[in-house]
Amino acid sequence: MRGPDPCIHLSSREDGLPVKPGNDTEKPQRQHSMVEFALPKNSRITGGKAWPKPSGATETREFKVYRWNPDDGKNPGIDTYHVDINDCGPMVLDGLIWIKNHIDPTLTFRRSCREGVCGSCAMNIDGQNTLACTKSMHDVKEGAVKINPLPHQPVIKDLVPDLTNFYAQYASIEPWLKTTTPTPQKEWRQSHEDREKLDGLYECILCACCSTSCPSYWWNSDRFLGPAALLQATRWVKDSRDEATGERLDDLEDPFRLYRCHTIMNCAKACPKGLNPSEAIAELKLKMVERQI
Amino acid sequence: MSVEESHGSPRKARSMRTPLARVRSLGASHSGTSDFWRQRITAVAMALLIVPVIVVVLMLLGRNQAGAAQILGSLPIAIILLLFIIASAWHMKIGMQVVIEDYIHNEKLKLASVMANNFFSIAVALASIYAILKLSSGV
Repeated sequence: MRGPDPCIHLSSREDGLPVKPGNDTEKPQRQHSMVEFALPKNSRITGGKAWPKPSGATETREFKVYRWNPDDGKNPGIDTYHVDINDCGPMVLDGLIWIKNHIDPTLTFRRSCREGVCGSCAMNIDGQNTLACTKSMHDVKEGAVKINPLPHQPVIKDLVPDLTNFYAQYASIEPWLKTTTPTPQKEWRQSHEDREKLDGLYECILCACCSTSCPSYWWNSDRFLGPAALLQATRWVKDSRDEATGERLDDLEDPFRLYRCHTIMNCAKACPKGLNPSEAIAELKLKMVERQI
Repeated sequence: MSVEESHGSPRKARSMRTPLARVRSLGASHSGTSDFWRQRITAVAMALLIVPVIVVVLMLLGRNQAGAAQILGSLPIAIILLLFIIASAWHMKIGMQVVIEDYIHNEKLKLASVMANNFFSIAVALASIYAILKLSSGV
C-alpha cells in the first residue's frame, strides 16, 4: 500500500530514550539483532504546521499534537494549535474535539465514552500515558499540552495506534471462566472474601497505557505478554470459581511471557484507573514458586 | 485496518499468520521459575554475607601472602569467602542472562552470548575458588 512504515515519536518523559517504534509488517519486530535506540529515518519528527490562533478568543491554550498521515508519504510532524479555553471543556479530550470541530477536521484520534470507562482515548499526554478524557488540560503545568500516540506501537494515523498484538495477547490468556465440573443449575457461587480478591484486577479497561509505558514491553512485545494481559491473567488465576488455575500458570511460566517483568513499575504509574499490574505480576511469580517448593 | 494493510513491508509470508498464532508462537517453555527463585536466594545470601566479607577484606589489606594465608587458614573465614563467591557468580550469571535476553534479539547471537556468559561465570567462579583454597591450605 505504501513504501515507508509509520512509527511514532516517543515522548521522552518516562524514560529519556528515543525508542524503536513498531514499524514492521509483523508486529513482533525482529529485523534487528539488537535493541535500537534511535528512530528509523522515516519515523523522525520533521517540522509540522503552526495553525493560526482563533480570532476573537480571549484566552487560549497551546496544543502540540503528533501528526502522521499514511497517504502523503511525509515524515511525522508536530502541529501547533491554539484552543479557545472559554469555548471548550476542561479535559484534554475536549481540547482535541474542539480542534477537530473548529480548526482541523483531519486530526484523527479514538474516543468514545468521554468518562474513563471505555479506554479508547489512551494517548501520551505531557510525557505520560493516560486517558485524554480524564486528564485535565489545566493539570499540564507549563507551556503547551504535548500529545503523542501511545509509545512504541505502529501508528495507523495521527494519534491512532495499531493495538492488534496487544489485543491478541489479551485473547491468549483466555479471559473466561474455565470449569470441568458440570455447570450448576443456578450459578457458580463465590464467597464475599473470594470475590474481594478480584478487586484491583477486574477494573482494567484494556486502554494499553500500562503495556505501552513498559520498557520490557517495548523491547520484547512479541514474546512478553505485558502488564495489561498479565494483570488479567492474575484476575483469572485468582478467581475461586475457575478450575484451570494450574493450566493457566503452565501457560504463563516462560522466561519471556512472564519473567520479562523486572518490576520497573511504569505500568502502575501510568494506569489511569489506579491499578497496580506490577503487584499482580509479583503475585503470579509467587504462585509459580509456591507450586514448586 | 489490519496490520498487513496498515504497514506495507517485505516479509509477507510470515505476516499472513494470525495475531494469536504470533502471540502463542512456540508456546510456553514451562521454565524460568528456577532462575527467578535462585536469583532471590543468591541475593539474600549475598546480603547476609557481605558484612563478614568486607571485614575479611579489610583484615587482608596491606598484608603479604603469608599473612593472607594465615587469615584464610581459618575454616569459617574460608567458608564465608567460598559461599560468597558461589552466590555472587551464580547471581552474576543469571543477571547477565536476563540482560542478554532483554536486549539481544538475533537468535544466534543470543545463543552465543548466553553460552559465553556461562563460560565466563564458571571460569571466574572456579578461579576464585581455587585461589581461596590455595591460600587457605597454605600450599
